[in-house]
Amino acid sequence: MAEHSSIHGVVADFDSPDTLLDAVRAARAKGYTKMEAYTPFPIHGIDEAMGAKPSILGYIVLCGSATGFTTAVLLQWWTGTIAYPLVISGKPLFAFEFGFPVMFELTVLLSAFAAVFGMLGLNGLPRLSHPIFNYSGVAGSSDDRFLLVIEASDKKFDANETKDFLASLGAEKLEVVEA
Amino acid sequence: MADLAFDPKAVEQLSPPLVTGQPSLHEVTEAVSIHTEIETHRNWYIALAISGSITLLLGSMLAYLVSTGIGVWGNNNPVGWGWDITNFVFWIGIGHAGTLISAILFLFRQKWRTSINRFAEAMTLFAVACAGIYPLVHVGRPWRAYWLFPIPNADLAMWQNFRSPLLWDVFAVSTYATVSALFWYVGLIPDLAIIRDRAKTQMRHTIYGLLSLGWRGSATHWKNYEKAYMILAGLSTPLVLSVHTIVSFDFAVSIIPGWHTTIFPPYFVAGAIFSGFAMVITLMVIARWVFKVEHLVTMTHLENMNKVILATGTIVGYAYATEFFIAWYSGNEYERFTFINRAMGPYAWAYWSMVSCNVISPQFFWFKKLRTNIPFMFVLSIFVNIGMWFERFVIIATSLHRDYLPSSWGYFRPTIVDILTFFGTFGLFITLFVFFTRFLPIIAVSEVKGMMIQTEHEKHYLPATTSGSSEPVKAH
Repeated sequence: MAEHSSIHGVVADFDSPDTLLDAVRAARAKGYTKMEAYTPFPIHGIDEAMGAKPSILGYIVLCGSATGFTTAVLLQWWTGTIAYPLVISGKPLFAFEFGFPVMFELTVLLSAFAAVFGMLGLNGLPRLSHPIFNYSGVAGSSDDRFLLVIEASDKKFDANETKDFLASLGAEKLEVVEA
Repeated sequence: MADLAFDPKAVEQLSPPLVTGQPSLHEVTEAVSIHTEIETHRNWYIALAISGSITLLLGSMLAYLVSTGIGVWGNNNPVGWGWDITNFVFWIGIGHAGTLISAILFLFRQKWRTSINRFAEAMTLFAVACAGIYPLVHVGRPWRAYWLFPIPNADLAMWQNFRSPLLWDVFAVSTYATVSALFWYVGLIPDLAIIRDRAKTQMRHTIYGLLSLGWRGSATHWKNYEKAYMILAGLSTPLVLSVHTIVSFDFAVSIIPGWHTTIFPPYFVAGAIFSGFAMVITLMVIARWVFKVEHLVTMTHLENMNKVILATGTIVGYAYATEFFIAWYSGNEYERFTFINRAMGPYAWAYWSMVSCNVISPQFFWFKKLRTNIPFMFVLSIFVNIGMWFERFVIIATSLHRDYLPSSWGYFRPTIVDILTFFGTFGLFITLFVFFTRFLPIIAVSEVKGMMIQTEHEKHYLPATTSGSSEPVKAH
């Protein structure tokens, strides 16, 4: 593997989501495991084809929701009954009925923060540079090209063999990209 | 026996195409990105000069208000809330259509939303920015506005009253503004990456590269992204309903006749969506023509929005009728007086302007000819906006201006400062749009592409269409 240390992987450039999906399935069948697809929009079924696990973002958001709700309850209870108890219009110092709007809003607010920053965190963003940007045709992957990269870290990876294999799947362009 | 086979023509009639002219993926990228890349048009500077001047007017009016005091407005006793709260509710209501399109229609898998959601979400943000000015300055001493938030500080030495709907409103509106901004930005990330990848100069590449946070569109990215988008849509849906509900609590939780009614939350939400869709029509009719994206924002989109206007407008009309019925049926003489006064008192002119704009005008959209006529829908959408402004004004002014004792009766007249400030908020709204349409993709490119491919696939699964006859969307 030493000779591959400066190589990120082989990029295969496809012209439609269907050929990309077929290629992903073929690569999996061939035994490759370390691969990544780069596409202009989400391709349905690609995660299953790549054997990727579902996103765990939902659990992160759940933690955000719980934090938001708890904060709102404690905030209203503590400020109303401990820090500054003041009877207004004969209403109780704290009650879930009048506390509900703020509980709801803070739950939503912290869930949204968790969703956005959790998504960025799981995706490793923001990030200034990535080896895929060394590929000469990378701009196409946000336009109308569908890229499949078999990464050099894959046990089965061999620059020439992998390249030949990807060529057999109908890739219109192939390139070995530097890490 | 009826012929049960699917006729492709009939299918197209049932679900008309959302993208016309069968552009390739690349052509879509091109159509949506080009306006951020070409040399700035002279008209852009003219538009910016006009809207910027109006924004400066807003700034000077606010400076005058803050340096002098709330007395420069027409607010008086008994009408303690005047145009400030009217305009606040007006602008926040307009924002609701954006969230409805981006979140609720997303959850309902309404594919037609993809061409208009970016634009509508931007409208939400800018409308909320305009709305936010009013609660901030109407407190009189805006440099103390942070007292609204539960921030421990020595100079206040007490805590907020969480029993007050006005404080709920602080939380609702600030959450709404924050979540709308996040939702909008998350949607923008992949499209900012498109602009980055198309950049011809190093500076553009760096700026859009930073803004897109290094997005690469990998399968892993999309997996987490789609999940995040779904969750944000799921969060925004109850959020948008809660915001106008809580805004209506500002009124409904009080004991003022004309405000103290349980119909307010649903009635306010319907009104908000009604006015917001009208504003989307007003802006979209102009934008699709200026930016030549008529093939992406098609008549189907406009017609669907007009149907929403018809539905919500009818709900609003029904709510007006219910209010009157309950005023009579409750037997409460103060309630009755308020409503009779509303329709026949000194503000009858405002009341009947509201009814004609909000109840009568949307009914024209029952006719397909009218709801697919662009000049007609443009004029009608402006009527709806005027009507919905009057609705808030009528609710506020007519309920307040005749207190229980005739000795405390009054009449609200706006001052020139009221009028110019409101006019100025339109300047701010349009200025923000002028910048948005110059520097950012106004259509969610990746979503439209995904929708095109998906539609193409669905066609293949329809039985009895000559399979394979329709050319799949090809990249070129």
